[in-house]
Amino acid sequence: MSNDAISARGDLRLTRLTKTYGDFNAVDDLTLTIPKGSFFALLGPSGCGKTTTLRMVAGLEEPTVGSIHLGDTDITTTRPYQRPINTVFQNYALFPHLSIFENIAFGLRRRGVKDVKEQVDKVLNLVELPHLASRKPTQLSGGQQQRIALARAIVNRPALLLLDEPLGALDLKLRRQMQIELKWIQREVGLTFVHVTHDQEEAMTMADTIAVMNEGRIEQMGSPADLYDNPETAFVANFLGQSNLIKGKIEGNDGDNLVVDLFGQKISMPKNRSHAVDNSLYAGIRPEKFRISLTGTPTRGNTLTGGHIEDVSYIGVSTQYVVSMPWGQELMVFEQNDDGVAPFDKGDEVVISWEPNFTFGLHGDEDIEAGTEVNPEEPVNE
Amino acid sequence: MKISKSQVPYLLLFPGFAFLFTFFVLPIINLAQTSTQTPISGGDTGQYTQTFAFSNYIHAFTDNKDQFLRSFVYATLATILALAISYPLAYAIAFKSGKFKNILLVLVVAPFFTSFLLRTVAWKQILGEEGFVVPTLRSLHIIGQQTTLTSTAFAVVTGMTYNFLPFMTLPLYASLERIDPRTIEASGDLYANGLTTFRRVTLPLSMPGVVAGTLLTFIPAAGDYVNASILGSPSTKMIGNVIESRYFKIVDYPTAAALSFTLMVAILILVTLYIRKAGTEELV
Repeated sequence: MSNDAISARGDLRLTRLTKTYGDFNAVDDLTLTIPKGSFFALLGPSGCGKTTTLRMVAGLEEPTVGSIHLGDTDITTTRPYQRPINTVFQNYALFPHLSIFENIAFGLRRRGVKDVKEQVDKVLNLVELPHLASRKPTQLSGGQQQRIALARAIVNRPALLLLDEPLGALDLKLRRQMQIELKWIQREVGLTFVHVTHDQEEAMTMADTIAVMNEGRIEQMGSPADLYDNPETAFVANFLGQSNLIKGKIEGNDGDNLVVDLFGQKISMPKNRSHAVDNSLYAGIRPEKFRISLTGTPTRGNTLTGGHIEDVSYIGVSTQYVVSMPWGQELMVFEQNDDGVAPFDKGDEVVISWEPNFTFGLHGDEDIEAGTEVNPEEPVNE
Repeated sequence: MKISKSQVPYLLLFPGFAFLFTFFVLPIINLAQTSTQTPISGGDTGQYTQTFAFSNYIHAFTDNKDQFLRSFVYATLATILALAISYPLAYAIAFKSGKFKNILLVLVVAPFFTSFLLRTVAWKQILGEEGFVVPTLRSLHIIGQQTTLTSTAFAVVTGMTYNFLPFMTLPLYASLERIDPRTIEASGDLYANGLTTFRRVTLPLSMPGVVAGTLLTFIPAAGDYVNASILGSPSTKMIGNVIESRYFKIVDYPTAAALSFTLMVAILILVTLYIRKAGTEELV
């Protein structure tokens, strides 16, 4: 079986995967299919189990319970060196005693490939560093080492490429550039990429599908747009961007819409965007979906009256307002600076409005702070 | 007097240089002078005069080439044995010992808390007739009923191995401990099994420790005479023993000095060749 594993191809299927350390479930009953050829991101705060999941797929950790399949081959207990899977490690883990050429050729040589030069040169060209072949890893910059780590993995054309926070050590500008490049390389080579990150922007830029993980479980899975526009839990709503979550009660139906009471004011929202299980729900609206108007001016769509501007921050492309509502909640509103001037001042009496279709509904028992307290810039779990 | 910044390095170097000059350079010059002296005719034992008799070197070497050869053979064997024992030990301490790491390191150094001589005498007792090793091996028929372990080359080599083991273990540990465990994981990830990972990644990355450890074991072992005199017999005499008896018993200072110089140069040549070889990647 082990010998077949190396040539296994197909979708990656994790079934009821669990990893327990003492009485702590790092990964808790995870079932997941990652389609062949996709760019898949596991996104979550540090300690959510994403790195443990990745290490189990690589074979560096053994699952406590559950199975891992690649296509039809069970690789749950296969040794790392017998899996057709390669990893781009967080700190790159290049071999310091070998030249860049030999670093990249390492996997090919272990599999008995005779003529490695052509393949190594090709992949060095792909990452645009052919002139560094004879250098040692310590002579390279962080960004160059990152590309070599990627080259060292993809030269083997694995069934699955795992990326463990691959851009974490790079500065912001280089990170943005590498995100675009990684996406391009993935399309170019057509391999399945599984990318682990705590950076929601990074996941959204690169991945076709994102699985948001929290406390060893998947909170929600979908395309970046799905997750952002229609989060199903408060954790997802808060971890991916910012959300205003307003406590409400479902009053009744109006065709395909629900009528919801928010502290005495009626709004409407599409039924299929509600994830509430009973009458109690949180209405969620993204800050940029809100519009602000002075009290007394006409508005469209859903309207909440009685607000006043608590705080104004001008940040160039947009202005961020904190609007205090009659029931004591402060709402966050982002307005594009289309006209170049911030039109509202602190203390202005205002009305907030938005298109009903932008509303999402969460279960009324949710902890609305979930996903806000985590600091995404925190160093990731070791 | 004010000391300028540029003078500070010299000031810091001074005590070390002064020490080395007094206790290394001067004695070496003195030794070099002694090595070419000859006895004063009609003089007392131990009275010599400078005659630039370089033939002393030829006599010293040809009379003792067996002991020279034996010294290097024993030292090489002890170094190989120490490496074979220390590498797994240092590896286990560096990668597998968890919270016991510091305790294990203290245990490695613990023998240094007793004197070198006492430990060698203790080793003699362990290997002697009254120790438990010989009767046990005899009753298991691993060694013959008449075979003894003391006064043998075996005792001398194992004694040196034991005495110099920490000098091998500590540098090995230091270089293994510095290896990023992720490079070892990366090797497994890139289709190398455990043995290949050791050959291609762990061992090459620990080479500085191997080189330092083997030098720190080989050099003192080659010049050692304590183990051979306590654990050995006349037939296991090393060059250190010859120098010791020439100097202290026969009072033949020129021969002792010539032998010392020859030993020093021989070690220097061997070490240089070794570092040249080990310094390149062809070694692994």
